[in-house]
Amino acid sequence: MEGLERIVKEHPFFAGMQNAFCDLVCGCARNVRFEAGQYLFHEGEPADWFYLLRHGRVALQVAVPGRGAVTFQTMAEGEIVGLSWLIPPYRWTYDAKAIGLTRAIAMDAKCLREKCEADHDLGYEMMKRFMPVLIQRLQATRLQILDVYGTPA
Amino acid sequence: MTAAITAADPMVPRVARVLRRRRNGPQVFTLDVEPEDPAPAFAPGQFSMLTAFGVGEAPISASGDPAEPGRLVYTIRAVGPVSSALTRLGPGDLLGLRGPFGMGWPMVEAPGRDVVIVAGGLGLAPLRPALYRLLAERARYGKIVLLYGARGPADILFRNEIESWRRRLDIDIAVTVDHAPPDWRGHVGVVTRLIARADFDPLHAVALVCGPEVMMRFAIAGLGEAGLADDAIYLSMERNMKCAVVFCGHCQFGTVFVCRDGPVFRYDRVRSLLAVKEI
Ligand SMILES: Cc1cc2nc3c(=O)[nH]c(=O)nc-3n(C[C@H](O)[C@H](O)[C@H](O)COP(=O)(O)OP(=O)(O)OC[C@H]3O[C@@H](n4cnc5c(N)ncnc54)[C@H](O)[C@@H]3O)c2cc1C
Repeated sequence: MEGLERIVKEHPFFAGMQNAFCDLVCGCARNVRFEAGQYLFHEGEPADWFYLLRHGRVALQVAVPGRGAVTFQTMAEGEIVGLSWLIPPYRWTYDAKAIGLTRAIAMDAKCLREKCEADHDLGYEMMKRFMPVLIQRLQATRLQILDVYGTPA
Repeated sequence: MTAAITAADPMVPRVARVLRRRRNGPQVFTLDVEPEDPAPAFAPGQFSMLTAFGVGEAPISASGDPAEPGRLVYTIRAVGPVSSALTRLGPGDLLGLRGPFGMGWPMVEAPGRDVVIVAGGLGLAPLRPALYRLLAERARYGKIVLLYGARGPADILFRNEIESWRRRLDIDIAVTVDHAPPDWRGHVGVVTRLIARADFDPLHAVALVCGPEVMMRFAIAGLGEAGLADDAIYLSMERNMKCAVVFCGHCQFGTVFVCRDGPVFRYDRVRSLLAVKEI
C-alpha cells in the first residue's frame, strides 16, 4: 500500500495534492499493467475504471466501417486515459489499446465518484484537476479538426 | 531623386540550375540548385525569392545545410501557379534566384541554452538548417528537443534524416501525426501536446517555432504554459510578400516589414502582428 501511495503522489496528475485527499484517492487506486495489444477498455462498456499512465503508450481508437480501428489520439506517460467516468451515463465512447507494455494506476471510478459525492472538498479538488485536462483535450481536438497542414505552412 | 534599379540590384535574379529533385510527400518536393555564379551563404531561417520563368516569383526558405558550400536547397509545396511550376523543375532546368533575405533563427542567442524546436507540416523545412547548425556545434547547447507534427505518416518530411538524428541519442525527438492509418505505431494528436511531455529547462531555453499560423499560436500558448517567457520564443511568420527588399510594402505591418525584419521574429515583438488576419 505504501508503494502505491508513493506512486499515486508522484503521478503528475496528483502533484501537490494534500495528504488527506491522497489517502482518500489511494483507497480507490490499484497498480496495473497491460501487454502490447491488450485493451484497457472498449467502446460502450461501463466506465468503471480510468487510468493514470506511468509508462508506455495507449492508442484511443474508434472503429470506422471500411477503415478499421482509427487512432485519433495517443496518450503517454504522465497522462490520463478515460474521462467518461466523470459524467453520466459513465460509458466509454472509444476503445483504449496499449501500443507497448504499459504500466498504470487504475482508479476505481465508482469508488472515487462516491468519495467525491460524500466529500465535496475532494470533489472540487478532483474537478480542478480534471477541468484543465478536459480543456486541453478540447483545444487539441479543435486544432486537429482544423486540419491546419492542409493549407500551406 | 529616386535611386535607379540597376543590374546589381537585389531585384534582379541570378540564374541557377537544378541539380536534383526529390519527392518528400504529397505535392512536396526538395530541389538542390546551383547558381551560375558562386552560391551565396545563408543563415538558417533565411529565404530566397525563386522565379519559375514565365510564371512568377515566390519566397521559399532555405532548407539545406548552411555549412555545405556550392548548392542551395529548397523544399516546396505545390499550392498555386509559382510553387507548382517550381516543383515540376527537374535536373538541368533553370530558375531565377534572389537573396537570401531576412532575419533568421537566433543562432547567436541559443548557445548555452536548451533549444526546443516545434515544427508543424512544411514548417520543418526552414528549421532544418538550424538543426544542422545545432548538431554541428552540439557541445555549445544544452538539451535539443525536436517536436514535429505532420498531417499523416506520408506527410512526414525528411524521414530518413529524422531517423538518423534519433540514433545520435543527443537530441530528443518526438513525432506526431494528426491522422493515422491502423499500422502507425507512433504518436497521434497535435504537435502542441508534445510540449507538455518534453523535457527541457524552461528558464534556460529558447524555442524555435514554425508551421501554419494557427499551430504556432497554439504552440506559443503551450510553451508559455511550460514556463517559457515570450522573449525566449521565436517564430517564422511566412506571410505573403512580393519584393523581399522593403520596396513594395506588401508585407508591411506598421513599422515592421516581414521581408526585412523577419521572417523570424521574437514572439514578444510580434504578439500584435499574430492577431492580424491578413497583411
Ligand atoms: C518568408 C517565406 C518563406 C516561405 N517558405 C516556403 C517554403 O520553404 N516552402 C514552401 O513551399 N512555401 C514557402 N512559403 C510560401 C510560398 O511562398 C507560397 O506558397 C507561394 O508564394 C505561393 O505562390 P503560388 O503562385 O504557388 O500560389 P498562389 O496562387 O499565390 O497561392 C495559392 C494558395 O496558397 C496560399 N498562400 C500563398 N502564400 C502563402 C503563405 N505564405 N502562407 C499561407 N498561404 C499562402 C494562397 O492564399 C492561396 O490560397 C514561404 C513564404 C514566405 C513569406
